Amino acid sequence: MSDTRIDRRFAALREEGRAGLVAFVTGGDPDFDLSCQIVDGLPGAGVDVIEIGMPFTDPMADGPTIQVASQRALRKGMTLRKTLDLVRHLRQSDSDTPVVLMGYYNPIYSYGNDAFLRDAREAGVDGLIIVDLPSEEDSELCVPALDAGLNWIRLATPTTDAKRLPAVLGNASGFVYYVSITGITGAGSADPRAVGEAVQRLKARTDLPIAVGFGIRTPDQAADIARVADAAVVGTVFCKAVEDNLDADGNGTQACVDSVLSLARDLAHGVRNARS
Amino acid sequence: MESVNTYRAGPDEEGHFGMFGGRYVAETLMPIILDLEQAWKDAKNDPSFQAEIDHWAKHYIGRPSPLYYAERMTEHLGGAKVYFKRDELNHTGAHKINNTVGQILLAKRMGKKRIIAETGAGQHGVATATVCAKVGLPCIIYMGAKDIERQAPNVFRMKLLGAEVVPVTSGSHTLKDAMNEALRDWVTNVESTFYIIGTVGGPHPYPELVRVFQSVIGREAKEQMLEAEGRLPDTLVACIGGGSNAMGLFHPFLDDKDVNIYGVEAAGFGVDTDKHAASIAGGRPGVLHGMRTYLLQDDDGQIIEPHSISAGLDYPGIGPEHAWLADVGRVNYVAATDDEALEAFQLCTRLEGIIPALEPAHALAHVMKIAPDLPRDHLICMNMCGRGDKDVFAVAEALGVKL
Repeated sequence: MSDTRIDRRFAALREEGRAGLVAFVTGGDPDFDLSCQIVDGLPGAGVDVIEIGMPFTDPMADGPTIQVASQRALRKGMTLRKTLDLVRHLRQSDSDTPVVLMGYYNPIYSYGNDAFLRDAREAGVDGLIIVDLPSEEDSELCVPALDAGLNWIRLATPTTDAKRLPAVLGNASGFVYYVSITGITGAGSADPRAVGEAVQRLKARTDLPIAVGFGIRTPDQAADIARVADAAVVGTVFCKAVEDNLDADGNGTQACVDSVLSLARDLAHGVRNARS
Repeated sequence: MESVNTYRAGPDEEGHFGMFGGRYVAETLMPIILDLEQAWKDAKNDPSFQAEIDHWAKHYIGRPSPLYYAERMTEHLGGAKVYFKRDELNHTGAHKINNTVGQILLAKRMGKKRIIAETGAGQHGVATATVCAKVGLPCIIYMGAKDIERQAPNVFRMKLLGAEVVPVTSGSHTLKDAMNEALRDWVTNVESTFYIIGTVGGPHPYPELVRVFQSVIGREAKEQMLEAEGRLPDTLVACIGGGSNAMGLFHPFLDDKDVNIYGVEAAGFGVDTDKHAASIAGGRPGVLHGMRTYLLQDDDGQIIEPHSISAGLDYPGIGPEHAWLADVGRVNYVAATDDEALEAFQLCTRLEGIIPALEPAHALAHVMKIAPDLPRDHLICMNMCGRGDKDVFAVAEALGVKL
């Protein structure tokens, strides 16, 4: 397949000799307009890849922080269509930063797979991470997404053994997202050395870049991961930053945006200086 | 109706019943799902596994459950002859234990050290805590905080049985959220833990294995009806939340083409309102909890919280095999409202001296609709899948009685 923004971004990071920062934010949290400001501000804060969570009522793989972030967004009327609008808005000011949508299958299935892939591509989406579509269900959305020119980013986990790995890597593209713990988002963090060994095991089997996520909270932890992987993925702390800056009625404030972007700058700083 | 040679061949290798079913789970769970599938294949072909289940069924559950001719109900309705399959007489008071016995024995075969389960009304939670007590394994039950309030007696029973009951305060605090939370636990403790799912839902192979464990209901009913009447029943009726008691009764009869089959969903305030739990009548296909099936959902594919007076039917989806049986037209899916179930609950109690659970009261409500217009030699077999002791508080409240 042709180069995507994701391929180009990781090639550039290799040139620079550094790891990247992948930032996850929940689409439409705390509301659509503030979410637009957050997403639009991420590239300037030093984020290399933007991951936007597509809110779902039943996020089975997410911890409490991202669950309530999704609920906040849904309460404010967020929909999959509006998540695509967030991406369109970003593309008015940024045409280089890769955007990956992450979430669960049902809202996409409800939208209609073909219509969704067409609209996502048109909006400027580069890749998809769909938590509840393992390789056993590849004919469902993975293969059509690849045909539509989108990257299909697969999760590998500590339970992904040598027997399982070929199935996981089979149709993977863009990068591989190594989930460093068995568990949900926002749970405890993994030992960087164990992560490094897992990344090496993956690298022996694929040329794709390896991003590592789950349990990374601080610039130091991000830097630890940046020394052993091609990118660090950070998510829960951004959702927490939004949560901590809501007003008394639970509505979003400008401080939500400022806090997320300031955190992104710190994390980007950690990642960028990790190998120097 | 789609023409097929058999309705009993599913699922296929990938766990599909037509377009329904499948394995829509996080990658972390895939290796354990595949292990479970292998263990299940080995177990179901191992005569000693079935022998062990049979032993428990006879000596612990109290099977076979009777097939009972409901004489005064029949007279009252003035038409078809009504039989109840008395699975409410099982140990723990419902059909749920048929399944938890099978799964705990499977968990032991796999060497698992820790059991988790979700529960709505608490019947599956009690049945799981019961078998865990019997084999001495730690048991964690996820239950929506709202359901914990509604079902205090069952919560206490589970605790007495040694289970830890974890209140779920995510999402809408009910059954679907309890299932989400159980899946989160499983993802976290995947190596040590066996997840005992309570219905014919979830990722493959659960819908199949739960069906097999529950099919004892239909196998017995078939034999007992032949003994009582010298022929098969004309009509089967069972209530449906996820659909395990119904699948257990229906499956052995699916290829008996002359047997009419009705699955009764919970219509809550009515399927034309936004307060019901009838996913076939009021939902459309989607993907949740590892399966494709009919789901209550909005235009954006967000899951809608169901409503039923019966906590056991209060689920926004339905087992994938039911979804398929609806699409191919083998089973008729109908619905009964809260009020109709309450009426059936009271009638059954007074006419037969049997307090039914609110779940089978929905099935009985449908029997009350069809029996009067059927001839006297028409045989109806309804699954009385649970007893109503757990529901007396909810019923008192609905009837405006202060206890």
